[in-house]
Amino acid sequence: MTNDLRYTKDHEWVRLTDRTGRIGITDHAQQQLGDVVFVELPKVGDAVTSGGRFGTVESVKAVSELFSPVTGKVTAVNDELQKKPESVNADPYGSAWMIEVQVKDPAEVSALMSAEEYDAFVKSGH
Amino acid sequence: MLLKTPLHAQHIAAGARMVSFGGWDMPIDYSGKGLGVIKEHLAVRSNAGLFDVSHMGEVDIVGPGALAFLQRVTSNDVAKLQDGHAQYSALPMPTGAPVDDIIVYRFNAERYLLVVNASNRAKDVAWLQAQGPTGCDLNDRSDEFALLALQGPKAAAILQGLTPSDLASVGYYKFTTGTLSGLSATLARTGYTGEDGFEIMVPSADAPALWDALMSAGAGHGLVPAGLGARDTLRLEAKMCLYGNDIDETTTLVEAGLGWIVCVEPHKGDFNGRAILAEQRANGPARKLVGFEMKERGIARHGYPVLVAGSPVSVVTSGSMAPFLEKNIGLAYVPAANAAVGSPLGIEIRGASVLAEIVKTPFYKRAR
Repeated sequence: MTNDLRYTKDHEWVRLTDRTGRIGITDHAQQQLGDVVFVELPKVGDAVTSGGRFGTVESVKAVSELFSPVTGKVTAVNDELQKKPESVNADPYGSAWMIEVQVKDPAEVSALMSAEEYDAFVKSGH
Repeated sequence: MLLKTPLHAQHIAAGARMVSFGGWDMPIDYSGKGLGVIKEHLAVRSNAGLFDVSHMGEVDIVGPGALAFLQRVTSNDVAKLQDGHAQYSALPMPTGAPVDDIIVYRFNAERYLLVVNASNRAKDVAWLQAQGPTGCDLNDRSDEFALLALQGPKAAAILQGLTPSDLASVGYYKFTTGTLSGLSATLARTGYTGEDGFEIMVPSADAPALWDALMSAGAGHGLVPAGLGARDTLRLEAKMCLYGNDIDETTTLVEAGLGWIVCVEPHKGDFNGRAILAEQRANGPARKLVGFEMKERGIARHGYPVLVAGSPVSVVTSGSMAPFLEKNIGLAYVPAANAAVGSPLGIEIRGASVLAEIVKTPFYKRAR
């Protein structure tokens, strides 16, 4: 877990730099999934909404939907994950970021969980 | 309440991620100690893996009428078996569809053992009782035994170091009883991975000591503990059917490609489903279980619709990324007219039809 990130109950993280939100899944999420073998992401220019589905991540055994922490337009997509989905397991907060979004309302980000809150959320069995 | 096998503590110590499977608390993989489905799968293909399959059931059929009873309730020819032989078979219903798929072990002319699927154990015992065993007794001994599967090209070498039995003389689908690490055990050259290997039956109380002894003996051979996740991907690459997915009470053995475990020769006599299975074997079934490979990006999963020329014909029975083959593969029933190798299929993934192609199976076959 990293302190400058905010977290969702669906186990995504977002890091806000100016108005750009970079989004990925948490270490807890990748552990629960097991070996990630497939990632499907939106295209640059697509609209995403807070709580809305923006893609899919699959491990050998499981399929999991990805939900956006914020509303906005996709400005960048990490296409490397198509070739190296396993980096989601190895580096979920770093090289395995998934999309960047031009965030409509930064207040959406501050409403998400802090690192401490997310830690407590996971420890409570979520 | 989930049932625990005698090896539960071994799994936790080895870093298992536990999941509920057929009422049992079982290891899906050992990712807590740096393994995972893919590493475990590849270890079984290249070295060896140790699986706990103690959730499976063991049913004893004992008495002078055992052979006649088994000929009547199973699909394969039990008369072919000699002492120390095992046989893949099924318990067909009158429709030709299986109540379960099983392995029959012949200990002697009056004692056979059936190994059955965990989730079908109670159903199988009730079914067998309802068939009216005559001249033999039927005993569910599942709680007395633990079952371990040591699978992979190094399995025999690992096991040979722990037993005085000559394993070179135990051929495929043969078994022997002897001692293993000083414990009495039944060692069968069978498995569910497409590799050489053994399934080892021991009294439940001996299972933890045996697990530890096998893991120690295998340390220098690249042996890893392997969970149900790898078991499923390994069996799928080898196109071995999973009951509840690829076969069930609605699929006949011939449709499933299991005509080779159906004996319709006169000496076997009548058995449940014989007429339908003989007819389907002679004339071909209307639908067939085929293997397919994804040609476009996407992973087929159990339950996804299968399309022929854009129209839904069935659903995927098993589908996964195949770790050794590094392809996305699956199984499905398709009309016989569309079942030829090379034929295209559509797999509906999240609302879109994704191209797949029927391929020769098994997807993976080990070099012998």
